[in-house]
Amino acid sequence: MKTLAADSAQETHQGRIVNDFSIQVATVNGSGSQSSNNVLMRSIFQMGIPVSGKNLFPSNIAGLPTWFTIRVNKAGWIARKKEIDILVAMNPQTAFDDVKALEPGAVCISPIELNLKETRADVKHYQVPFGELANKATDNIKLRKLLTNMIYVGVVAELLNIEQAEIDKAIEKQFEGKQKAVDLNLNAVRLGREWARENLKKDDPYFVERSNQTEGKIIIDGNAAAALGCMFAGATVITWYPITPSSSLCETLIDYLHEYRMDKDGKQTFAVVQAEDELAAIGMALGAGWAGARSMTSTSGPGISLMAEFAGFGYFTEIPTVIFDVQRVGPSTGLPTRTSQADLFSALFLSHGDTKHIVLLPGSVHECYQMAVEAFDLAEKFQTPIFVLSDLDLGMNNWMSEPFNYPTKPINRGKVLNAEQLEKLGKFERYKDVDGDGIPYRTLPGTDHPLAAYFVRGSGHTDKATYSEKPEDYKNLMDRLNRKFDTARKHVPTPIVKTVKGAKIGLIAFGSSDFAVEETLDHLKAAKVDASYFRIRALPFNEELRKFVESHDRVYVIEQNRDAQMRDLIILEVPDLATKLRSVRHYSGLPIDARFVTDEIMTQEKK
Amino acid sequence: MVQAVPNTGSPSREPAKNRVGLTLADYKGAPSTLCDGCGHDAITSQIIKAYYELGVQPHMVAKLSGIGCSSKTPAYFLSRSHGFNSVHGRMPSVATGANMANHKLHMIGVSGDGDTASIGLGQFCHLVRRNVPIIYIVENNGVYGLTKGQFSATADIGSKQKKGNVNEMHPIDLCSLAIELGCGFVARSFAGDPKQLVALMKAAASHNGTAVLDVISPCVTFNNHEGSTKSYKYAKEMETPIHELGYVPFFEQITVDYEPGTVQDVEMHDGSHLRLKKLEHGYDPTDKQAAVRTIAKAQHDKMFLTGLLYIDENQKSYPDMQNLVDVPLATLPESLTRPPKEALDKIMAELM
Repeated sequence: MKTLAADSAQETHQGRIVNDFSIQVATVNGSGSQSSNNVLMRSIFQMGIPVSGKNLFPSNIAGLPTWFTIRVNKAGWIARKKEIDILVAMNPQTAFDDVKALEPGAVCISPIELNLKETRADVKHYQVPFGELANKATDNIKLRKLLTNMIYVGVVAELLNIEQAEIDKAIEKQFEGKQKAVDLNLNAVRLGREWARENLKKDDPYFVERSNQTEGKIIIDGNAAAALGCMFAGATVITWYPITPSSSLCETLIDYLHEYRMDKDGKQTFAVVQAEDELAAIGMALGAGWAGARSMTSTSGPGISLMAEFAGFGYFTEIPTVIFDVQRVGPSTGLPTRTSQADLFSALFLSHGDTKHIVLLPGSVHECYQMAVEAFDLAEKFQTPIFVLSDLDLGMNNWMSEPFNYPTKPINRGKVLNAEQLEKLGKFERYKDVDGDGIPYRTLPGTDHPLAAYFVRGSGHTDKATYSEKPEDYKNLMDRLNRKFDTARKHVPTPIVKTVKGAKIGLIAFGSSDFAVEETLDHLKAAKVDASYFRIRALPFNEELRKFVESHDRVYVIEQNRDAQMRDLIILEVPDLATKLRSVRHYSGLPIDARFVTDEIMTQEKK
Repeated sequence: MVQAVPNTGSPSREPAKNRVGLTLADYKGAPSTLCDGCGHDAITSQIIKAYYELGVQPHMVAKLSGIGCSSKTPAYFLSRSHGFNSVHGRMPSVATGANMANHKLHMIGVSGDGDTASIGLGQFCHLVRRNVPIIYIVENNGVYGLTKGQFSATADIGSKQKKGNVNEMHPIDLCSLAIELGCGFVARSFAGDPKQLVALMKAAASHNGTAVLDVISPCVTFNNHEGSTKSYKYAKEMETPIHELGYVPFFEQITVDYEPGTVQDVEMHDGSHLRLKKLEHGYDPTDKQAAVRTIAKAQHDKMFLTGLLYIDENQKSYPDMQNLVDVPLATLPESLTRPPKEALDKIMAELM
């Protein structure tokens, strides 16, 4: 069956397909191919052509198969694309299967000794003596494997017509300050390129051509973007326990902090604690938040499970902190190096009892940065743990983006009373709803005033923070917490709504699904199907959600989990509109792609 | 410096004040809701006394705890200090975070044997390993009180439960564990020995790092019967102090009033002095191996040794290792916590 999405790849110009294809490099984990793939991607980016890079890797240090996919797309679509147009089959373990999976007419670049030509006659093969060329590149056996990767960069560059000057620049950036490495790698690229020029006859439609679509843009992964957000939010206490795929968030943050957050005497304006586990990580974050720091921790699903008890404590005792959940596939260990959006329920309701949290849902690297900044203000404004749900696809893959903006608003520390204010007020009740918004006032330990102290307890408490088991005290407290949650509806990031006049169908998505959904909208437009789009950026919802669902006949909720968690949350919010809601779910561990979304919608539309 | 003057209790006179101008009442908390005669209340009284006599500003103290009878006690002292009754076994992590946010706060943590030796054993170990500055008191009674008398992991072999069950498992000795983990201040005491307890608490307050005080604190309701090794009767009969303790705070003059060779003087991190009058054992608390051996031998011989078991005043505390600015991170101004726009511009340029 020919699908709508496949059409976009058919745009040819005199048999040429320019700036619209995907390259997949299959290698062995730990072989050092990451640098080569980055060089390849950056060179194309530097030629002004929109790209995205995705690393599909195993939970392993070395030896297991890994695939890196570069999507080149002149229309700027940077979601995953299912079909591979150019395969670089460097891994003998998977080469046979990798080639078998190609569409007819695809390109396969492979080591000559694998003799993949025999496997698929309907694929264009370029067979390269990588071993021989690597021997020419170096006498050092250890370096041979690494340089083989740069040789395929040279071959691909020659075949696609990637400008050598951009490769040089990308290599210099990749190995900044290490001239010897720069020279070795450049030489390897040159060997590959020259061999290809002399020995291969170009017989495929794929080309890159210089464009001007990436001027002023950056390439960054979501974890690094979030790390920057944390630094510019003024985070002061960072507590974490390593876990894939969130580790690089804190690791990148630590690097940035050491560069940009030392005072004039070389002292740290921050503290980092690598905790003994996630139970301790959130305990430390809450201890720090209570004592007045802008604290945070970062984790993934299993860590979120371990944080459950303290998350409820933070909600009930009203302590600010920020918790990043870079989602991976669960339950249990699941697929630790694959992506998912299945922690929505667990984050929103994390802990026992009537607990619910504010959850932010960044949909791009730009929002990873922006919402990280915002999360710290919200945490202190609402005196509660704030969850930021990213995912592995967003967090660990490279994305093109507009540069990030410097925060325009000063840091908001929320309702904190100092000694002078206490003196003026003459009284202080920690949990009293003075302003009617459900948000009480707090004081920090160390405040020099006899009224300042209060006692944090996870047990029932009065407005004055004293112990209470009285039914009315408990109910008052729970009702106020609910009021506070309602106040948050007006303060969390608002949805992005694109309404098409007269559209009968609406799409709802969140997080990293946005890339695929935006592309799907393009497919639908081409198929003359009008559709509006509502991207949720936070929980709790605001009142616009109801309006959107009401104004469309059928609303497709697109998400990357099995149980339609967001669809179910929407039903809880607008139960009377439940029959309008349909579900598109992608949960294989691979990032959702536009073709899948489009096909699903079109199929359901026909029913 | 003004010396602490004991309260005479006379209603006609002004109550006595300490060196910061506060009375003993200013260091008290809410009335205890524990059982009458609970060892924990005796410890609470000594905490109040120690802080009063040291003249610590209550607003600079942070009191923390986990869950259990012991962990309720921070409500019963220092009502002018911020308090944090956390979740079961997790007080160490909260303390670590609070210390990073504000390293100027003086922290005291109260835990129990269930809270520390079972559910919180991991966090306890890591608190000690990091050397977070805190007085960490374990109110050790060998049972779970709030859940009505189950054995804890510090119950001695052969110790009898109220219902008659005998514990056959080895106890976890929190003092030898703490020493093993590198703790620089480890002491064992008894709730029924207020003089020793208050001296140890003051010394602990002068220590720069984690100070572990394992205090046998009988549970009058569930573990004070015949056959218990943590009852008042047993502890009173068996307590063997390894030395007599004298504490001279940094703000007081040291007077020499002892025979040479009979007293070991330890200078504390803040300039206070701890004077240990050797008893029959000739114990040297700066000898780590000897400390571990002595604890093991006492356990074998069913002895109840109390006193300062180990001290090392030359260790770096966690904030020392962190290279922090002097101002608490909690109160740093935005000018120091948000890098300028030029920093973001530079980073963006590198990513282009």
